[in-house]
Amino acid sequence: MQQKTQHKRKKETVAVNSRLIRRPIQRCFAIFLLPTFAAFCIGFLWPFVKGLYLSFCTFTTTSNAKWVGLQNYQKALTDASFLHAFWYTALVAIVSLILINVLSFAVAYALTRKIPGANIYRGVFFMPNLIGGIVLGYIWQRIFNGILPTAIVLNTHYGFWGLIVLMCWQQVGYMMIIYIAGLQSVSEDMLEAARIDGANGWQILWKITIPTVMPSITICTFLTLTNSFKLFDQNMVLNEGRPYIFQNGVQIKTTEMLALNIYNTFYMNAKSRGVGQAKAVLFFILVAAIALIQLRATHEKEVQQ
Amino acid sequence: MKKFFALLLALCLAMTMVASVASAEGGKVYYLNFKPEADAAWQALAKTYTEKTGVQVTVVTAASGTYSQTLTAEMDKSSAAPTLFQCGNLEGLQTWRDYMLNLSGTDFANEMTTSDFNLYGENGELLAAGYCYEAFGIIVNKALLEKAGHKLEEIKDFASLKAVAEDIHARAAELGFDAFTSAGLDGSSSWRFSGHLANMPLYYEFRDDNVTEKPATIKGTYLDNFKNIWDLYINNSATKPADLATATGDQAESEFGTGKAAFYQNGTWEYATLIGEKFGMKSEDLAMIPIYCGVEGEEKAGLCCGTENCWAVNSKASEADIKATLDFLYWVVTSEEGTAMMAEQFGPIPFKAAKASSNVFFNDANAYIADGNYVVTWAFNYTPNVDAWRAGVVDAMMQYCAGGSWDNVVDAFVQGWAVQYANANE
Repeated sequence: MQQKTQHKRKKETVAVNSRLIRRPIQRCFAIFLLPTFAAFCIGFLWPFVKGLYLSFCTFTTTSNAKWVGLQNYQKALTDASFLHAFWYTALVAIVSLILINVLSFAVAYALTRKIPGANIYRGVFFMPNLIGGIVLGYIWQRIFNGILPTAIVLNTHYGFWGLIVLMCWQQVGYMMIIYIAGLQSVSEDMLEAARIDGANGWQILWKITIPTVMPSITICTFLTLTNSFKLFDQNMVLNEGRPYIFQNGVQIKTTEMLALNIYNTFYMNAKSRGVGQAKAVLFFILVAAIALIQLRATHEKEVQQ
Repeated sequence: MKKFFALLLALCLAMTMVASVASAEGGKVYYLNFKPEADAAWQALAKTYTEKTGVQVTVVTAASGTYSQTLTAEMDKSSAAPTLFQCGNLEGLQTWRDYMLNLSGTDFANEMTTSDFNLYGENGELLAAGYCYEAFGIIVNKALLEKAGHKLEEIKDFASLKAVAEDIHARAAELGFDAFTSAGLDGSSSWRFSGHLANMPLYYEFRDDNVTEKPATIKGTYLDNFKNIWDLYINNSATKPADLATATGDQAESEFGTGKAAFYQNGTWEYATLIGEKFGMKSEDLAMIPIYCGVEGEEKAGLCCGTENCWAVNSKASEADIKATLDFLYWVVTSEEGTAMMAEQFGPIPFKAAKASSNVFFNDANAYIADGNYVVTWAFNYTPNVDAWRAGVVDAMMQYCAGGSWDNVVDAFVQGWAVQYANANE
């Protein structure tokens, strides 16, 4: 039986590799790429190039911009509220990165054991991910305001942990699915061999399971890290960056993350739009750099099966 | 391959150009309105106009909190940008200066009876036409006041307002209603305080210092008075001060509308809602009194009158669209249907053909002026980065209500002003 399917598969590969099919694909691949590529250009490339250009301009609407050179970048980099937002975002990202991954791995680990109703639990844990950020922000704001002694907008620490709780709640389910897929691909043979060799559960987890699910860990850390850096709706709705303080004559929004800071800068007044745009470019470079470094670092730890 | 990419990029560019060239043949009107409460009336009026003339009029309403965002995005649609938009203060004038058509000498502008509410450019050109004015103050339910054994005439200044409010609050359980509605600081309500109530200390300070243009710094001379009235609001209401951070505008409105509170700080625009189907209040029960806050001579104060309701016409729209828009405006301020709607929604408008308004709040505002009281003008129109400044003040007020120090509010007011001014003018 097994032999038969193998044979069949071989035949299929041969069919795809045949000249009759390969030639037209090779020649006309551009046509197949066209729709996606056009969408990529319209939805990504063009706005990106234009955004880059606008970061060197002063403008009220994007179609009517005046070149001013590096001035916007200078303003952005000397803006204390931007630096505050950067460090705050970094903190949120690190804490949520650890919490989300540990929690989702734990949940995935538990739900790949043979417990009754595992599928229902998976569904339940995944569901928060289907709710949009704005709605989620409002829901959690209500919950927090009901539980906490003061409204969440009044306290920096509540604001921070509120964001963390919200992000965990939203993302644990999603990461869990990725981990479950990873865990299911851990080969039974290896586990059995380890058990026969006398490895205990802890050793199996550390020495076999985690190294084998490293690709899932890579993708999950990548997603959580970039998600936290890009977090916007939840931040805006849950606490709007409140409470505010004054520091050396600058207004600091203590729970404002980078994306919200950029948004607020952009809409502050007509002169600040270019500065917001410059911040957005810096933000892009930062997120891209972090994601690349992290991908490289975790890729090295992946094992080939 | 290279050729292919080049072709594709060229195609993308061409598409955007086509989009910008393909504007309409006949003119059309696109009004970006900022008053949700007037949306229904505008939609109906637009429909009437289209039926009469065949000219397409689109009215889109962006809530006041997100108006500048919506306007920024919409203005970029070169072929479908708003032809008519709101620009009601110096901040807006600075931002949208290049997009505002000179309205001087247009038929519609010639219909105006006063230039008091308009915004002008450096050379005196009319850029934004104030199409209505508004007044705000403390709305009083006279029936409840009488029930509590008081009379409107008793209230002459801050001391007497305080006496009445505290008496009602003390007997709230027995009376079945409280003195003030909740002074909610949720975004749907906070503008009443960071914008309108904050006008009191700003107005008196600017009056003392003869301020006539946007000042770089303010002193906060009258912030103690601001505290007086704010304390009165939050301590004489059914809602605990600590809960105000999340209390909404709807909450306050329905407290007043259903007779749970005797005083409600708001403006002339509330009138239609209060006497409307939802609450069904009687107009003879309603009155609006000045916001008293303990400033010397305030018994001669009138209501706070001014406007942020100014029309600007998009100068970058096509000629046909501009003409259609100006025709539409002319029709709105001269026709039977237009003036009727304007009178109902916006009170006595400053146009020759204006209809009398039944809005008792406006009649109160005019009565104060007729009695020789001074008008408290809208000093907050000078606020730098107005949204950011107000957000800071709201934040500090929330802190104060939750037991924080009043100093935060003073900082947000005075330091915040300097910070935002520097931000906006560096």
